[in-house]
Amino acid sequence: MAMRMVGMALGKNVAMVVVAGCSSVIQGIGPKNAYGYPVLNIAFAAGPAAASGMWRAFKQRNKDVTVVVWAGDGGTADIGFASLSGAAERNEDFIYLCVDNEAYMNSGGQRSGSTPHGAVTTTTPEGKKENKKELLFIMLDHNIPYAATASVGYPHDLMDKLRRAKEVKGFRYIQILTPDPYGWLFDPSKTAEVGKLAVQTCYWPLIEVVNGKVRISNESLHCLKKETRRPLKDFLSVQGRYKKLSEKDYEELEKFVDDLWERILSMIS
Amino acid sequence: MSLEYQFFPVSHPSEGAGGKTGNWRVVRPVVGDRCIGCNACYLWCPEGTIGVKGRRAEVNYEYCKGCGVCANVCPVKAISMVSES
Ligand SMILES: Cc1ncc(C[n+]2csc(CCOP(=O)(O)OP(=O)(O)O)c2C)c(N)n1
Ligand code: SF4
Ligand code: SF4
Ligand code: SF4
Ligand SMILES: [Mg+2]
Repeated sequence: MAMRMVGMALGKNVAMVVVAGCSSVIQGIGPKNAYGYPVLNIAFAAGPAAASGMWRAFKQRNKDVTVVVWAGDGGTADIGFASLSGAAERNEDFIYLCVDNEAYMNSGGQRSGSTPHGAVTTTTPEGKKENKKELLFIMLDHNIPYAATASVGYPHDLMDKLRRAKEVKGFRYIQILTPDPYGWLFDPSKTAEVGKLAVQTCYWPLIEVVNGKVRISNESLHCLKKETRRPLKDFLSVQGRYKKLSEKDYEELEKFVDDLWERILSMIS
Repeated sequence: MSLEYQFFPVSHPSEGAGGKTGNWRVVRPVVGDRCIGCNACYLWCPEGTIGVKGRRAEVNYEYCKGCGVCANVCPVKAISMVSES
């Protein structure tokens, strides 16, 4: 779903670097692929490094090509983080997309740094004890020119952000929430709806930070005030992975959302 | 297979690189008369196998996997999921 939206938004002259994950499988069997652009498949830790070399090679040959890295949350938050952080610090000229399904789904659904508190995964059968790693803020601390979050529930918002990111020079980070029916345990036909619920309950913010300036998407404006947020349970209750959530876990998750918005508010005031 | 592929894991676009995925279906989406041609189904379909042609949405049954996303996002509920058997 997200891959098609990226294709629609970025148009031609794109080269993609895909690190290991579900998306390596979806594209089919090499040397062909089911995506609309050439793809370099590469090991986890090497994605940002390969992209750093790739945009330079295109530039040297005077080719106007946008280089895009496509990586899962495990590949981003954990395994690939060192080279991601390095490339961001060097302000390398490419777009990094973190496709966040909140676990290592392609290898069987193990917990990742990006799995939220309370979620059951194959390695946290009683629910994860720690909170989700706050990748957006970590990336913002690298002082990159563009960082944003999006959800497949709102394709127009995602595509607008991709188009704007394409016009920016330097390191661009976009984290896309991609609900995973098999890992989160819901009916696959509801993928778009779950992506919307995440935003409506303010669990997932839709924001964009361009050169330090914060913009909150219309879909997320109601989150700025606690009273106007939709109850978090509307998002959690449609997913099997929160089956074992205790009262205390729920409070912890609510606090996570409160703190998240507190922090976003502090960035705009 | 080109020499390039043997040295670099680069792959190039081609329709149906994942095989004919239509036979994965257990239910098929059928577009009814209510369709208003808004293309919401096209926007969300993970496979790119539905889209408005002329006035109405059409499904490419060769690759559609029958996931049912289109039926859920359609604002006028024009799509029904019908059993394949
Ligand atoms: C260095 C290395 N360790 C482990 C693996 C096995 N592996 C392949 S895909 C995958 C899961 C990746 O998870 P994530 O990055 O979240 O992407 P997703 O599959 O969820 O889209 C793992 C662990 C690998 N390919 N390479
Ligand atoms: S549903 Fe989940 S496990 Fe299956 S391909 Fe999509 S992200 Fe991977
Ligand atoms: S059932 Fe799924 S794959 Fe088939 S057309 Fe609808 S959204 Fe696309
Ligand atoms: S979403 Fe529904 S109304 Fe819109 S084009 Fe598709 S089938 Fe027609
Ligand atoms: Mg993942």
